[in-house]
Amino acid sequence: MWKWFHQLASPPHFFRLASVLIPWLAWPGYALIAYGTFAGLFVAPPDYQQSDAFRIIYVHVPAAYLSMMAYMIMAIAGGIGLIWRMKLAHAVAASAAPIGASFTFLALASGSVWGRPMWGTWWEWGDPRLMSELLMLFLYIGYMALRSAIDDTTKADKASAVLALVGAVNVPVIHYSVEWWSSLHQGATLIREGGPAMDAAMLYPLLANILGFSLVFGALLLRRVRSEVLRREGRTRWVRELVLAPGDSA
Amino acid sequence: MTETLGMSGYGIYVWSTFALTATVLVYNEWAARRRFRSVYRDIEVRIKALENRS
Amino acid sequence: MKNGSARTPGLLDGFVATLRRDLLLAWKRPGDVLNPLFFFAMVCTLFPLATGPSVQQLQFAAPGVLWVAALLAMLLSLNSLFLADHEDGSLEQLLVSPQPLVVLALGKTFAHWLTNGLPLVVLSPLVAVAFRLPGATIQVLMLTLLLGTISLSLIGSIGAALTVGLHRGTALLSLLVLPLAMPVLIFGTRTVSLAAAGDGYAAGVLALAAYALGALSLAPYATAAALRVSNE
Repeated sequence: MWKWFHQLASPPHFFRLASVLIPWLAWPGYALIAYGTFAGLFVAPPDYQQSDAFRIIYVHVPAAYLSMMAYMIMAIAGGIGLIWRMKLAHAVAASAAPIGASFTFLALASGSVWGRPMWGTWWEWGDPRLMSELLMLFLYIGYMALRSAIDDTTKADKASAVLALVGAVNVPVIHYSVEWWSSLHQGATLIREGGPAMDAAMLYPLLANILGFSLVFGALLLRRVRSEVLRREGRTRWVRELVLAPGDSA
Repeated sequence: MTETLGMSGYGIYVWSTFALTATVLVYNEWAARRRFRSVYRDIEVRIKALENRS
Repeated sequence: MKNGSARTPGLLDGFVATLRRDLLLAWKRPGDVLNPLFFFAMVCTLFPLATGPSVQQLQFAAPGVLWVAALLAMLLSLNSLFLADHEDGSLEQLLVSPQPLVVLALGKTFAHWLTNGLPLVVLSPLVAVAFRLPGATIQVLMLTLLLGTISLSLIGSIGAALTVGLHRGTALLSLLVLPLAMPVLIFGTRTVSLAAAGDGYAAGVLALAAYALGALSLAPYATAAALRVSNE
């Protein structure tokens, strides 16, 4: 187990492993998204209250889920990098940030578009989920701003890891405080809590999309980690051999 | 057909959301690939220059 | 104390020494303490000027205005928390000292709160009276600011430690600290609003106290870690 862990952490080994894994994550991921989106748009029956507008949840929920997930991965990877001085973990954290931010943006935009016909406004201040997503986006922006402000990679890794850990501790508190803040207003939420159970024809496309988005996220993450590893290891022998070896580069 | 695409009046919201989703996915894929190419090319140029000098 | 030199300095000595030094420095440069206070008063003045002098409106907006102004004033003073020490090299002395850095960072943060947070709490009733808040609400406002500024100093010190060696650190500091400070702002303003409306506000005060305790036990470690990273 320990040996396997060390081997995984070795950059050349990881680089090769990632190159093999990426298509195995990406293709099933995109296939699931294609199925989930098609079934969500055309097969699932319209919601009894929200009619066809509810179909927006087929992208909103996976995006919101990934925006949380990516932040957690970023913080945990940063923590591992900080504690065990594992360079690969820092590369993972650095790569997760832009992808997570893009999904956070998607969750925010889709929630906002959903709100237009449902609440009659593009931006309902009283909705805790939209507010939490907006604060998530701010956390991502802060993280990426700090990373880009520090030129030295090692230093940027450690500083942003500290920030991500502090942010991760704060995320539940932010969520709870926003929840409390909005409970004093009356606002509808995107997913009914305690409502009637979802029909299977409605639920399966959603599950397919959540899984599909996660797999695609994994593929995108590995793709970015590969570039990060290459950039950080640019002066080592294995990278030199990789670049000079004809053919099997990308 | 038009009825399905119209999404009972919510078509503009539903379709714009899914179009945005496709854009975000394509952008992510494109950005990740572009990043790899630029990093790879930088290293390639530097290593080839070193090779030619020696 | 006869055998004072033989005694090895304990944890409290490091804390007290850092605290005393920072307080003395603040005493020698009163501008550093007064400027954020003036800033606080000026921001609070901007709102009535911008929205009109309607008493009802002012009363309604007062908790939010005072809290946002206090948050911005704290942010303004955070920039200089480690900056002078970084420039004259005394920060490196802290890092190599045998005392645990966590305790020293806590001392500096506590000094920051004493010179920036506490004066805001003391000044706030004056502004609150001008906004025509009733006496009972002002007491709640002071209580929330007391608890909230502790959290803001602690969280802010992490941001200040992360950005200390960087150019263009000021804007970056705001980007890092403001999202983290959001729960404090929410709990603070909502509690005062609830009190002003005559509703129960105990939950808000407890949440602020819990946040301050949590920040007190965790933030100094993050600040210490950040200081080490920034000074590598």
